[in-house]
Amino acid sequence: MAKPAQVSTEVVQPHNAVKPNPPLKKLGPAAKWGDDRVGLGGIGNFLLRKIFPDHWSFMLGEIALYSFIILLVTGVFLTIWFKPSMGEIEYQGSYQLLKGLPMSEAFASTLNISFDIRGGLLVRQIHHWAAMTFVAAMMVHALRVFFTGAFRKPREINWLLGVGLLIMGTIEGFAGYSLPDDLLSGTGLRFADGLIRSIPLVGTWVEFFLFGGEFPGTLIVPRLYMVHILLLPGLILGLIAAHLALVFYHKHSQYPGPGRTETNVVGIPMFPTFAAKAGGLFFIVSGFLTLLGTFVQINPVWVVGPYNPAQVTAGSQPDWYMGPAEGAVRIMPNIESYIGGTTWSWNVMIPGLGFLGLLFVSLGVYPFIEKWLTGDDSEHHIVDRPRNAATRTAIGVAAMSVYAMFWLSGGNDILAIRFHVSLNQVTEVMRVMVFLAPILAFIITKRICLGLQRKDQERLLHGSETGTMMRTADGGYYEPHLPISHDEAWTLTQHKQYMPLDATAADDRNGLAKKDVVSRNRSRWSRWFYKDRVEIPTAEELIAARDHIEHEKHGELDDVHDPELTGKH
Amino acid sequence: MSFLSAKRRHPAFKPLMLLVALLIVGGLYAGFAPAGKSSAEEALAPGDAAKGRELFLVGCASCHGMNGEGGSLKPDNAQPEQFAGPSLVGVGGAAVDFQVGTGRMPMANPGAQAPRKNVVYSQQQIRDLAAYVDSLGPGPQIPTEQQYAGVNPATDPEGVAKGGELFRTNCSACHNLTGQGGALPEGKYAPALTNVENKHIWEALRTGPQQMPVFSEKNLTDQDVNQIIGYLKSVDSQPNYGGFGLGGLGPVVEGLVAWVVGIGGLLLLVTWIASKGARVK
Repeated sequence: MAKPAQVSTEVVQPHNAVKPNPPLKKLGPAAKWGDDRVGLGGIGNFLLRKIFPDHWSFMLGEIALYSFIILLVTGVFLTIWFKPSMGEIEYQGSYQLLKGLPMSEAFASTLNISFDIRGGLLVRQIHHWAAMTFVAAMMVHALRVFFTGAFRKPREINWLLGVGLLIMGTIEGFAGYSLPDDLLSGTGLRFADGLIRSIPLVGTWVEFFLFGGEFPGTLIVPRLYMVHILLLPGLILGLIAAHLALVFYHKHSQYPGPGRTETNVVGIPMFPTFAAKAGGLFFIVSGFLTLLGTFVQINPVWVVGPYNPAQVTAGSQPDWYMGPAEGAVRIMPNIESYIGGTTWSWNVMIPGLGFLGLLFVSLGVYPFIEKWLTGDDSEHHIVDRPRNAATRTAIGVAAMSVYAMFWLSGGNDILAIRFHVSLNQVTEVMRVMVFLAPILAFIITKRICLGLQRKDQERLLHGSETGTMMRTADGGYYEPHLPISHDEAWTLTQHKQYMPLDATAADDRNGLAKKDVVSRNRSRWSRWFYKDRVEIPTAEELIAARDHIEHEKHGELDDVHDPELTGKH
Repeated sequence: MSFLSAKRRHPAFKPLMLLVALLIVGGLYAGFAPAGKSSAEEALAPGDAAKGRELFLVGCASCHGMNGEGGSLKPDNAQPEQFAGPSLVGVGGAAVDFQVGTGRMPMANPGAQAPRKNVVYSQQQIRDLAAYVDSLGPGPQIPTEQQYAGVNPATDPEGVAKGGELFRTNCSACHNLTGQGGALPEGKYAPALTNVENKHIWEALRTGPQQMPVFSEKNLTDQDVNQIIGYLKSVDSQPNYGGFGLGGLGPVVEGLVAWVVGIGGLLLLVTWIASKGARVK
């Protein structure tokens, strides 16, 4: 738990304007030329002086962005050698254990990249690790945005763009996982094929359309190749551009603190500090992924062997971002119905398509649901501290716990064999846990948030502990408290506390329809969202508390000195 | 010694001294401990069924019945079901050599599956037991060495590659890609195939121990089995191209690493970079 508002007292003075040194001076005419024609000066002024708030959690999206850049660079290298063809050849490369086996050109070229192209295996591994990190960083970034409420007005569109990026990144990763045509990726494609076929009525038609006939056919690798290296990267790039443009347009949100308002941004300018940090982070991310690619093996396709529809191995799993969907399918009871000569595979459709659908739809609609619950139409540039939006935080953690349970289910066989438990028991426990875990997580998280709110309140009303024990003349002990700084007090009290919406009549006295009607149902949900909270102390209470602490400090103890911790009721 | 006493208050002194003490004790132990028996092949006499029966009555009959007819066949001596071993008539000496030779039998306690553990009987005793079980009915015999020698990757690389293909087709559904083992229903499992003797691989294929199906001569010839063995040994001995292998368990472990090491490490670095340089209030 980060401490709120650890406010440094030193103030950074802006640098005095430095006279341009001779080499830069020479650029003057060139800069003037550009300024005269395209207004370079204005653009530069806007970009270079753009202010960004400074917090580690604002760099999570950057990790995703830099991973994506590394994916582009390494991906270009791989396309030089990869052959997206399912034509069958006999392998005659340098890896002995597959020598002479029939396999697709795609798989053979992946083996060549791994064993016969200088640096190929390293680049392949960096590419794969970067892909895993890309999607993971997007998810962590989305969680930061969610828990701080940074998706609220005016940033709902950017939230939707982010959800779009997450979807695209997932599909892009899956397409890449499928390209080498090894046994794992073929099995993964078979899984996707099953998902497609479970679509009622049209599933088989869609399958034949995508695969050009029966699975696996000879078309899917070239088609996925196009999707993987052209279509989706293009879409992702476009979405990233829009995403960043909106960040610029809205200006970055910021954490609460003294001097920070809804109408300013407190931070560091793009040039030089932010640019240096961001550039440095790019090198850190690329260095880190290169280290992973160097020292940790990923997707050893030569061990896996070429794809053969007759073979499915134990421990076949997708990459992590498809894990929860896989887990949902694994723990779903086997339900199937036959209606009028058609098969309805509920056991695949509900968990497979349903899970992915539910995940992305609920992510997409959440900002609008919360808006409906809160009726809050104001702009937010100061983000929430997660504890102050207890119900939202609890919803988020509950959703994470469901995700985690499905995720674990996706590895039920690995769990069973590594921890020596029964596969059936793992499956049965998970069937319960996907429903139980979110309830527990919701309740526990909400209690923790309220507890933290209470702790904030205690700091406001009682000050902070001094660590000094005092002994009174009659033998009692007490610990004097010190009032907290004004800056911290501001941070702890700046947030607005919303009231639940009250239901209103649908029309006014004259029978005319009213705007902004709150239905009873909406009012009920709003109360559920807002009812539990610890009130921020009022100004009078704060002054009284401060006086009290001052008295206490001078040893003037009252007999009754315990203001109600839980606030007014 | 004055050097030691001068440095005795150094913070590293105690841990280092502990290390030195441990080294001395460990070294002394290694020097004086009784040497383990050499595992070199002793000349084995052909199995003696009579001696085998004596051993059988002591170590096996309580579950498998006095005449190897199986525990569940004895109505007069009703045993709890989990103690009822299967009939051993016709399982053959190869089954005995596998089960006892890998320590699976005698079972320490009833469970979903008999795990591999330390071998209790000597090789000669196992021969005797096998001879006794062979006398109960015809079954697969303990193989000769050329049946399980395994193809040599140096002279027959394509045979090893074919063994890999056979392995992926017939074995990997339970034993995982290169034999790391996999889960089966109800707490049963396909064990890992690393460090398994060639002979035991042959015997397991032919006798189908526990959950494993029997792969007879008609499914997989001895040549096929030799190729599979050659493949497994080659996979075991090949270097881990591309770095630390993560136990060969595939994407689940890779995902774990991506999150814990990848995202976890980057988060640490990000907090570090955010705490550096000019800070705003």
